Amino acid sequence: MTYDLAVVGAGPAGLAAAVTAAQAGCRVALLDAAPHLGGQFWRHRDSSGAGHRAWSVFATLRAALLDSDVDYHAGAAVWAAEADPPGFVLHVEGMAPVVARHVLFATGTHDRSLPFPGWDLPGVVTPGAAQALLKGSGVPVGRRVVVAGAGPFLLPVAVGLLSAGVQVVGVYEAGNPWRYLYRPWVLTAARLREAAGYLARLARRGVPYRTRHAVVAARGTGAVSEVEVARLDRHGRPVAGSARTVACDALAIGYGFTPQIELPLALGCATRLDVDGNLVLEADLAGRTSVAGVFAAGEVTGVGGASLALVEGRLVAAVVALACGRPSPFTELELSRLLSRRSAERRFAALMHQVHAPPAGWVSWLDDRTPVCRCEEVPYAAVRAAVTQLRATTGRAVKGLCRTGMGWCQGRVCGHATAALTAHLCGRDLGPADLETFARRPVAQPVTLATLAGEGRTDRFPDGGRPGPQRVRPGDVSPRTSADP
Amino acid sequence: MSGRSRRRRPGPPAPTFTFQFDGRPVPAAPGQTVAAALWAAGVRSWRTTRVTGAPRGLFCGIGVCFDCLVTIDGTRNVRACLAPARAGMRVTTQVGVGDDV
Amino acid sequence: MTGVVVVGAGIVGAACAWYLARAGVEVTVLERDTVAGGTSSAGEGNILVSDKPPGPVLELALWSRRLWQDVAGELGPAAIEWEPKGGLVVAESPSDLDRVHRLVERQRAAGVVATELSADQLSQVEPRLASGLAGGAFFPQDAQVQPMLATAYLLKGVEVRTGTEVRELRTGPSGEVTGVRTADGTVVPAAAVVNATGVAGADLAAQAGTRLPIEPRRGFILVTEPLRGAREPAPIRHKVYTAGYADAVASDDPGVQTAAVIECTRAGTVLIGSSRERRGFDDAYPVPVLRRLAAQAVALFPFLARVRVLRAFHGFRPYTPDHLPVIGPDPRMPGLWHACGHEGAGIGLAPATGAMIAAMITGGAPAVDPAPFSPARFR
Repeated sequence: MTYDLAVVGAGPAGLAAAVTAAQAGCRVALLDAAPHLGGQFWRHRDSSGAGHRAWSVFATLRAALLDSDVDYHAGAAVWAAEADPPGFVLHVEGMAPVVARHVLFATGTHDRSLPFPGWDLPGVVTPGAAQALLKGSGVPVGRRVVVAGAGPFLLPVAVGLLSAGVQVVGVYEAGNPWRYLYRPWVLTAARLREAAGYLARLARRGVPYRTRHAVVAARGTGAVSEVEVARLDRHGRPVAGSARTVACDALAIGYGFTPQIELPLALGCATRLDVDGNLVLEADLAGRTSVAGVFAAGEVTGVGGASLALVEGRLVAAVVALACGRPSPFTELELSRLLSRRSAERRFAALMHQVHAPPAGWVSWLDDRTPVCRCEEVPYAAVRAAVTQLRATTGRAVKGLCRTGMGWCQGRVCGHATAALTAHLCGRDLGPADLETFARRPVAQPVTLATLAGEGRTDRFPDGGRPGPQRVRPGDVSPRTSADP
Repeated sequence: MSGRSRRRRPGPPAPTFTFQFDGRPVPAAPGQTVAAALWAAGVRSWRTTRVTGAPRGLFCGIGVCFDCLVTIDGTRNVRACLAPARAGMRVTTQVGVGDDV
Repeated sequence: MTGVVVVGAGIVGAACAWYLARAGVEVTVLERDTVAGGTSSAGEGNILVSDKPPGPVLELALWSRRLWQDVAGELGPAAIEWEPKGGLVVAESPSDLDRVHRLVERQRAAGVVATELSADQLSQVEPRLASGLAGGAFFPQDAQVQPMLATAYLLKGVEVRTGTEVRELRTGPSGEVTGVRTADGTVVPAAAVVNATGVAGADLAAQAGTRLPIEPRRGFILVTEPLRGAREPAPIRHKVYTAGYADAVASDDPGVQTAAVIECTRAGTVLIGSSRERRGFDDAYPVPVLRRLAAQAVALFPFLARVRVLRAFHGFRPYTPDHLPVIGPDPRMPGLWHACGHEGAGIGLAPATGAMIAAMITGGAPAVDPAPFSPARFR
């Protein structure tokens, strides 16, 4: 059987889209790799909603989902997407492929990292990791924690840690948030209230919040025990002599987020370079990508946060419902409100990206031995040699000559940094082609050869998920029977 | 800020079972990941890399970076940040690519 | 004399530049993309004699294998991940085994070193192979390099202009090549131009009015998780492929053909090929083809069933209808030389191609007769 809509990702965008489309009468499959609904934003270990933003929105969506006909599959990692006119096939580990006329990719983001000496020390984690550890398992990342990097996300992470009784020894923001005031009309009262609330709580607990500061090194034996913090000049370069040492037992550090776009890329969706230096999907107001039938909502169309994702998910659902001959789930007034909300959120996101841009001078704090690629342990010296000695001029060539992005994570962590380093070493600006090399993953998740071969395909339905369609594609080949246990 | 988010977060969940990490018991609570339980027990690394032998543990925490790979009940390359902790499981530090190839 | 322009910084262009430079010729390599940006970056780095039947290509391959030994020694075997590990051809049925052994006899007569293996000997040579295979043959001359590194190192002492697309061949009063004009309008004078543009080889030839029927033949490779550290033994010791591989290579069928080709790399991963199909420059990844590669790999090496694939990549082999590379002077335009159309054997055949081109351009005699590879053969 063929779904009207398959949604990949059960975070704010995907959840809103699935529920809205199902309510309009569409047959919907919702696939998510995680065991729980809600994505990274609503990661939770119980239903109390403590410490969560917009929890009531989630509770409403979850209730609506459970009340709907949506086939929700938890623990369903999509490892490949293929066009199969007039629809699409999603290949999922552990269950039969999902076939749908329309596909929505609402696959969200992960933290964006920049390398620095010592960033591979245990105890150095992303802000997302600190948040996931706390929200998902109730475990604080350390007793004396430094939070650093760039972006508004640093604030809820720091405040969350404070609430758990952790000593936050400092929050170091590389951007200059005063620049928000250059365009105050973009800021909503709710946003200002939220930020002011976080800052007030940091201030009450005596936590220093330093802007235009960056952690430029981490040190320790076996695990991080101190970090080096430097002031940044206007160009994002460390100011000579400004570095000082801060003792800590954990560092949560990240420079914004990177959208996960490998599946739509495999279907040929067009991309663009966003203000924040990310490769994102081209999508119109209704989330339509350049490939007919393929939609995108939320962070994959440009990092912009959960409120924007919710709006975009609903808009996609409306378009899909109409395409399936269902009534629009929204009145014209509701639609125009969603659209204006969307553009307001997008305006804010663009400003946010300017304010919290990764510091341009980050290359200056690398040393020759700093690993750029953590998986393959490729030091900066090898990346530089690929360009200066072996004459690579593209991210792809650098990857092939020194193995950055070739390991387990397939460039998810080092992709942005390697692409930016390649451009920097070649003396040009970061381009979409550099990023695309590391974003393109035709095999979107590591998958066993047995699974790929089509062996032992068993349907499993964790977390109350219901059976998906049973469909084996004509071209599939079963392996011969010599496999050993 | 809403009243809800000002509410104090519940503390770490009380451990109700243990699993083995390199032969010693590690307490864990239902719903916790292996990485979280190890972290709560003060363990910061559970893998050494195959090229330089460097220690690694949690990094991205959401299954993206594969830095937290560990061997569980003889299966190599399990992401500790995703694997739920279960009573009696045997978690061992993974040296390089592990032993099971 | 002005120098020689080599168009294309893939493995063949790099080898041409290497041997021309050694012959004292001033060489400039022009490349529209980047070093080893095309097919040279999309294969396993095979240097094979085992898959070639007796004839001109085998002769070229044997010569090239000898040259590779020297080249690897000069560039540094570790730098280019040179691994003279040998190839193992596996027969799945007694009739396949019979065919393999008959081919081995003919290859041996042509100078190939090979040992026939029984089923028992097979498992000694490659312990993790599936049971129930009929036997095979071992070819110690087969080797592997990391093709991008090999290309980049071959080019180290040569002038290379990347991001430089050649738009036009410039000719003199009697129609001879005088240089090339690049996309930004620069004219690079040259006494000779070598077309080493691989799968795009037909385009440059067309400018001289010469038809080279080179077409893309797509192939996919799966790459697994790393299975060993740098100093640990490889779970798969040789390049291992099935008897059906040579048939797939030699086939003229445009549809999908797959044949298992499996080997470990220095980086610890396992590379799993191979597929062949002619359908233009199509960048899609059809899952059914990937499934076939996976199934064939697991059938040959059952332990791979639990091993994870981390990525897949594809490339376009420069296919010619007679499966011979195009090496030699253009039949119409004096000073234009072709060195392209090596299909899936470009890495292996690159040094011999470079040496042959260098000898012909400088008036020497190549060690192997170039006549069968003549670009004039398609008229």
